[in-house]
Amino acid sequence: MLAGMSGLKNYLGLLLALLAMCVLFAFLSENFLTLATFSTLSNDIPTLVVMAVGMTFVLIVGGIDLSVGSVMALAASVLSMAMVRWGWPLFAAGMLGILVASLCGMLTGLISVGWRVPSFIVSLGVLEMARGAAYQVTNSRTEYIGSAVDSISTPILFGLSPAFIAAIAIVIVGHLVLTRTVLGRHWIGIGTNEEAVRLAGINPRPSKVLVFALMGLLAGVGALFQVSRLEAADPNGGVGMELQVIAAVVIGGTSLMGGRGSVISTFIGVLIISVLEAGLAQVGVSEPMKRIVTGLVIVAAVVLDTYRRRGERNGH
Amino acid sequence: MPKEPNASTPLLNLIGIGKTYVEPVLGDVSITLSAGQILALTGENGAGKSTLSKIVCGLISPTEGCMQLDGKAYAPRSRSEAEQLGIRMVMQELNLIPTLSIAENLYLNQLPQRFGWIDRRQLAANARAQMAAVGLTEIDPWTPVGELGVGHQQMVEIARNLIGSCRLLVLDEPTAMLTSREVELLFAQITRLQAEGVAIIYISHRLEELKQVADRIAVLRDGKLVCDDLIEGYSSEALVQLMVGRTASAELDLGHREIGAPLLRVRNLARAPVVAPTSFDLHAGEILGIAGLIGSGRTELLRLIFGADRADQGEVFIGDAPQAAQITSPKTAIAAGIAMITEDRKSQGLLLSQSIAVNTTLSRLDQVSSMGVLDDTAEMAVANDYIQRLRIRSRNGAQAAGELSGGNQQKVVIARWLYRDCPIMLFDEPTRGIDIGAKFDIYKLMADLSRQGKGLLIVSSDLRELMLICDRIAVMSAGRLVDTFERGHWSQEAILASAFSGYVNTAAA
Repeated sequence: MLAGMSGLKNYLGLLLALLAMCVLFAFLSENFLTLATFSTLSNDIPTLVVMAVGMTFVLIVGGIDLSVGSVMALAASVLSMAMVRWGWPLFAAGMLGILVASLCGMLTGLISVGWRVPSFIVSLGVLEMARGAAYQVTNSRTEYIGSAVDSISTPILFGLSPAFIAAIAIVIVGHLVLTRTVLGRHWIGIGTNEEAVRLAGINPRPSKVLVFALMGLLAGVGALFQVSRLEAADPNGGVGMELQVIAAVVIGGTSLMGGRGSVISTFIGVLIISVLEAGLAQVGVSEPMKRIVTGLVIVAAVVLDTYRRRGERNGH
Repeated sequence: MPKEPNASTPLLNLIGIGKTYVEPVLGDVSITLSAGQILALTGENGAGKSTLSKIVCGLISPTEGCMQLDGKAYAPRSRSEAEQLGIRMVMQELNLIPTLSIAENLYLNQLPQRFGWIDRRQLAANARAQMAAVGLTEIDPWTPVGELGVGHQQMVEIARNLIGSCRLLVLDEPTAMLTSREVELLFAQITRLQAEGVAIIYISHRLEELKQVADRIAVLRDGKLVCDDLIEGYSSEALVQLMVGRTASAELDLGHREIGAPLLRVRNLARAPVVAPTSFDLHAGEILGIAGLIGSGRTELLRLIFGADRADQGEVFIGDAPQAAQITSPKTAIAAGIAMITEDRKSQGLLLSQSIAVNTTLSRLDQVSSMGVLDDTAEMAVANDYIQRLRIRSRNGAQAAGELSGGNQQKVVIARWLYRDCPIMLFDEPTRGIDIGAKFDIYKLMADLSRQGKGLLIVSSDLRELMLICDRIAVMSAGRLVDTFERGHWSQEAILASAFSGYVNTAAA
């Protein structure tokens, strides 16, 4: 049933890289292959995973969304306000946060598609607006919520939290939407050759706006996971997160030029980045060195991917 | 300056020049050109004019024959090598950077410098001198090129080519975008260059213009030189006759077809300045061709009908509907029953990196999906069906369209529209750049479609192709539909004469 399973070889390179990294860290640190690492990772990554799924779609249609970190912070701020000040229940507050985030994404989409402005620059503006709004909502203070929100990130099954399980579900659904639905087909078509798609009788604009709205929605979901993990909403949260998200997606092999990408590969990309960070921390690498090494891995991954694709093309 | 060559030695000597890609496009062309001569080069679309001029200017190398410059072997390996020897070319598309000034554009590859900084005073002085040489004396050299009119931009381009030694200047359709005043300015400069001993090859299909400017005329037909003579004494009609020649056209059995009621009625459809108000009918079962020169508005007309561009005015009626169809986008056009196979399959037709299957079903995904979920098996079955029916040479439906040959790519685009099944089909250059076998496959397919009662509208620059498959041929010239010929009442001469008609008058005006 899962279409992705038939093409396991598509993910072989990425999986091997991930495995090699795990083996390396297992040798370097005896604490790496322990349950503690595993639960830290599974606790950390859901936010990054859901946002990377959204970013995969955005890159596939040939766009980019730089506002996701700020939008996440805004959604978290709204969520905390609703719970703390207005006494809303978690579910309703979570929904409100997701709604606000979706609207931010939709704003980016409507402006960039409606006026044909590059999404790069529109989302840069939305980044500032959302960050400002987050400060406004919280009076620039971290809002402590407490245990009322931690149910989402408390392990329930084999050490896995509802957030982690939900993130995996979103990866699977995202993969199916991209590979098995008319909508996903339209996205890939638009990213490959928008004019050809238009001349084939498909209006590309609604699908493009939807992609950005969906990106916002997933940033809102990410905010919910984040708030739950920290038991607080930080208006400074998610600074620079857009770059981490884009890096994970690109490591997964999704093209910045649009038209090509995979949600499963994005998921492996997130794992690679997260394992790398966790592993380096355990080995005792300093924070500056950690960042240098992470940067190197990103560049190496993209160069390797380009090289491999060129080889494939010449192979015919 | 090189030593003045002996007066009897021609400047440029082409001896048996030929060029073969897959098929020969140019064969056995021999021309000699002396300093100060102006040679007009003309011919139909695809006759080999551009190929010949690119060979002379070092952009491509000939597969046969050789060239001599001042009696010595001349075989430039690149454009810059040709330029160093004084052979320059002004292409149809201008090579200027609109945001930079005239001065910077003129000297882009040799900016005068002092201590690493651009010497602006020197640059302006050089530019002024160079601009004066083409009569641009009243313009500030620091004006951004983008602010100039097209005519002046063309002058800048010519001025740039006159920097250093220019002994032979090739002008490719230099007046295509000029107003009549600008044309006069250009001609004055050409005359001045001639007096200085520069040889000029002037490529144009504006026959009146050629007589004003040139001494000699060379006509290419199917890659062969059919005329090289003094231009005096040749009428426009005689030149058209030469371009067309007499060729026996292959026969194609279109089978028995019923031409029925109008399927598509176009009334006063226009978009300034490319398409003047145009009206015609396309009937069920009919193949209607649109002939015309490149740039005569044929593609633009199809795009208006298909809603790819917005019309300024005019209406399109489908079938016997009393009300005009509301066509505002390709989507609405397709809903009204119009399909369009675009001119450029790579940039406007195919998703090259995607599979044949994806490309085939793109316009009708609702047929291979339910509730928005795709049925891969059904989709692949559709693709394989068309691969067989159209004989698309490929491994299978999962192969990427970009890996196929031109003819097979074109069949994939056609497969998409066959699957979409619209009663009205617009084809824009359906056989450009594909081999003869695939061409005949496509002709047969068109005959099949017309027998099914579809109406086909075909734009093609290959006149023989249109004469082979069409019931009627409409001719566009300078944005206007000027004539319509019925099968049996046409000749290449007559069609070509009307294709040129719109340009003869503008040049004389």
